[in-house]
Amino acid sequence: MAVTTMIGAKIHRREDPRLVSGEGRYVDDFTRPGTVFLSVVRSPFAHALVKSIDITQATKAPGVVAVYTYKDFAKVLSGTMPVTPSFVAEKKQIPPRFPIAEKEVVYQGEPVAVVLAETKYQASDASNLIDVEYEQLPAVMDLDKALEAKSPKVHSDGPDNLGWDLTYIPDDPAVMKEAEVVIKARILQQRLAPTSMETRGVLAEYSKPDGTMTVWMSSQSPHFVRLFLGGAMGIPENRLRVISPDVGGGFGAKISPYSEDWLVPAAAKLSGRPVKWIESRTESLLTTTHGRGQVFEVEAGAKKDGTLVFIKATQYLDIGAYMGTFAAFQACACLLAGGAYNWKHVAARTVGVLTNKVPTDPYRGAGRPEATHLCERAIDLLAGELKMDPAELRRKNFITTFPHTNHFGLVFDSGAYEKAMDMAMGIAGYEKLRKEQEEGRKKGKYLGIGMSSWIEICGFGPSAATAPATGGIALVESAQVRVFPTGSVAVYVGTHSHGQGHDTTFPQIVADTLGVPYDSIELRHGDTAEGPAFGYGTYGSRSLAVGGMAVHKASKKVVDKARKIAAHLFEAAEEDVAFDQGHFYVKGSPDKRKAFGEVAFASYGAGLPEGMEQGLEAVAYYDPSNFVWPFGTHIAVVEVDTQTGHVDLKRYIAVDDCGNIINPMIVDGQIHGGVAQGISQALYEEIIYDDESGQMRTGTFTDYLVPSANEFPVFELGRTITPSPTNELGVKGIGEAGTIASSIAIINAVCDALSPFGIKHVDMPASPDRIWKLIHDAQAGSNHGKEARK
Amino acid sequence: MKHKVSTTVNGTRREHEVESRLLLVHYLRDVVGLTGTHIGCDTSQCGACTILVDGKAVKSCTMFAVQAEGKNLTTIEGMAKDGELHPLQQAFWDEHGLQCGYCTPGFIMAAAYLLEQNPNPTEDEIRRGLEGNLCRCTGYVNIVKSVQAAAKTMGGARAKPTGHQAVTAGGE
Ligand code: FES
Ligand code: FES
Repeated sequence: MAVTTMIGAKIHRREDPRLVSGEGRYVDDFTRPGTVFLSVVRSPFAHALVKSIDITQATKAPGVVAVYTYKDFAKVLSGTMPVTPSFVAEKKQIPPRFPIAEKEVVYQGEPVAVVLAETKYQASDASNLIDVEYEQLPAVMDLDKALEAKSPKVHSDGPDNLGWDLTYIPDDPAVMKEAEVVIKARILQQRLAPTSMETRGVLAEYSKPDGTMTVWMSSQSPHFVRLFLGGAMGIPENRLRVISPDVGGGFGAKISPYSEDWLVPAAAKLSGRPVKWIESRTESLLTTTHGRGQVFEVEAGAKKDGTLVFIKATQYLDIGAYMGTFAAFQACACLLAGGAYNWKHVAARTVGVLTNKVPTDPYRGAGRPEATHLCERAIDLLAGELKMDPAELRRKNFITTFPHTNHFGLVFDSGAYEKAMDMAMGIAGYEKLRKEQEEGRKKGKYLGIGMSSWIEICGFGPSAATAPATGGIALVESAQVRVFPTGSVAVYVGTHSHGQGHDTTFPQIVADTLGVPYDSIELRHGDTAEGPAFGYGTYGSRSLAVGGMAVHKASKKVVDKARKIAAHLFEAAEEDVAFDQGHFYVKGSPDKRKAFGEVAFASYGAGLPEGMEQGLEAVAYYDPSNFVWPFGTHIAVVEVDTQTGHVDLKRYIAVDDCGNIINPMIVDGQIHGGVAQGISQALYEEIIYDDESGQMRTGTFTDYLVPSANEFPVFELGRTITPSPTNELGVKGIGEAGTIASSIAIINAVCDALSPFGIKHVDMPASPDRIWKLIHDAQAGSNHGKEARK
Repeated sequence: MKHKVSTTVNGTRREHEVESRLLLVHYLRDVVGLTGTHIGCDTSQCGACTILVDGKAVKSCTMFAVQAEGKNLTTIEGMAKDGELHPLQQAFWDEHGLQCGYCTPGFIMAAAYLLEQNPNPTEDEIRRGLEGNLCRCTGYVNIVKSVQAAAKTMGGARAKPTGHQAVTAGGE
């Protein structure tokens, strides 16, 4: 391999000039001649029977081209929306889902009819003229009540409301008895709206003569959409093109296919016109899959000397009304319940519960923030019982030898947990902070210091592990490297960049592997008509560790062929030809050399080695041998105003280790954004439904609080580098790390600040009213650390 | 009923017949054809649609096109001059002030007005001044840095840092 020069360099992003100039192209920026606009008529109820739909007035409204309901779509769409079996083997029930309701609506916002009109204003006007007669049914909203035998059912024809129930590892009562201190906690992971700033959107154009469909869509995984949509519409892949152009953020909510992803192309086929639909923010909060939505019962025990003994977690996951395509993935929280520590026993069980709400699905971190939260809270609670400093309890129990196989058979590839923690404590000035805290308390100033030593499984993933979990498609990744005759290079990848900077980082890898100038390399992604036959998309912090490795592998294949050609030109044996800094030469005579570009030109000409075909391009699929395992320690410093309940985040320190780094600027940016999202969960965001009516109460940004610049401090970052032994680049992943670590760093800090009041538990978001009530109750002596609201 | 509306957009006179209820942001995107101004919400809270109206930052989803009659409008497409990026555009690029880029035009327009009003803002003033804009990708760290850097190139002294500086220790 060429000497590394680009890998690790802080290169400014080449996607930025167009994005800062207003020349980014997102779905809503595309249009086709004759485009009509689609507006969706949605159920206002969480649960109801659809008795009748009267479209007469709407069809007569100005500009209306067509109105379609279930019976129209049933002519062009077949089957049900896809659900991957994912990590949960024993599935009890997967309610079948068609993209539009027929007789029963099961969550607020479920599509009932669509209107097509010449302008978006006309489409929206006419959708108000559709008269749907509903008969309301009781809505199932609460997880506990949903599991009771007498509960109403989410689907009136369903057997009950249990989605799944799986015990990964049962209790070990003998081990539990060894514990000398035991803690218990009930941890609520509120529902969150992923909230990319660009909502979802679809534009579809069907050519009847050719039988071809082109779909522009805001998606993290256009190839998956093509696969599933092609199946539903009976269009083979070679006639269905899905283009995911610039995408304004995904955060996991643009992986799974949605109703509209089916309805818009189907409407294009039915109407013979290009059709566009752009989600409104309210539609987004109502109908784009939510994240989290889980309750954990946690129990953990330790010896008096601080040796950890057992941790036991039961996850109750609010599935919503249908199973999200990758919903069961979130059960991976169970597999990481033990976190970064040695435990004698780890027990875990997951229970999926159906409710009359929009489905949950992966949201940045998906299962791993939840795991980190429960484990790191348990550690702090145990430290409290043991009267040990939480950092010392962590230090005493960290896993220190790698590879490490955890209780669930997962193999942690590399780590240096103590080193990252020490660095974080150093940046924070931990000892000094503890003194400040002590001093402050005497004066009624409540400082809290919260720590989170996180680990992560990412880089999804090895085919042997992922294919059974996805229904046969392994989550490997593809890349194609094409070298043109004059030496410029185009790279096509199956991943999708929507803020991660792949246009910059992947060419950095190629530049080093091929030894050609960075500027001569172009990256292309997001169009299923280009590049390898299949791509697997961007999610689960996989793009670099899997996609980047596919790029590296395809580049090496190109170098291998080029070396053969060079040897032929030198009339030397292949083994005697060296490749360095983009030049080939015969070992021992580096002065007589041939540039990569010269060899590229020769590859398209005559006189190649016997039997060799012309051309210099290669496709590679990379199947990793293991997942990759980033880690780190974050420290939050908060001050709680006991008069108002306000939590002031004073400092945030993040030390993360994601193995080798391609571009440090981009890594830091990913951490910033991830940390902000976890802080937002801890302090601000929450999707709230009315428990009785099933109506969402947080349907706009007025009620769903996405924080602005004014709510955050500057984040103080540190970094250790422990290369991954799993892949040749030594890389891991960083897209989700910040979110995985940060919610519990904040909550541990808030609990630490409130410990003088005997408060041991704070639900998220730790809003002023909630904190004020906790303090108030504690002072009134009516509460000893248990929060009234569950 | 349609109304005639004439505006100047990025220095060019525009005349159109529009519906009275057409929002200014839809006018810019769908009628004038400038799609750099984005839409991120229904309730005028995200700031993705921010433009300058007679030099003042305005969320273009809060105005009707007809209200822009006779006004001078500047959108993100009008920021670069003679093929050179505006110092704010350059600073967002240099400081990695964007990831997906969806919020970016709105931030740049809001920041342009902020710096016009206060050429030498403190970190705090920048954070408060950009409160009307939401970004979901960056955690705002580098957006603040971008505005500080632009303030410097545009003539204001470097914004005074408050609180802790972004640092990356070790590893590199
Ligand atoms: S679109 Fe959100 S403020 Fe205008
Ligand atoms: S860069 Fe994506 S929303 Fe700001």
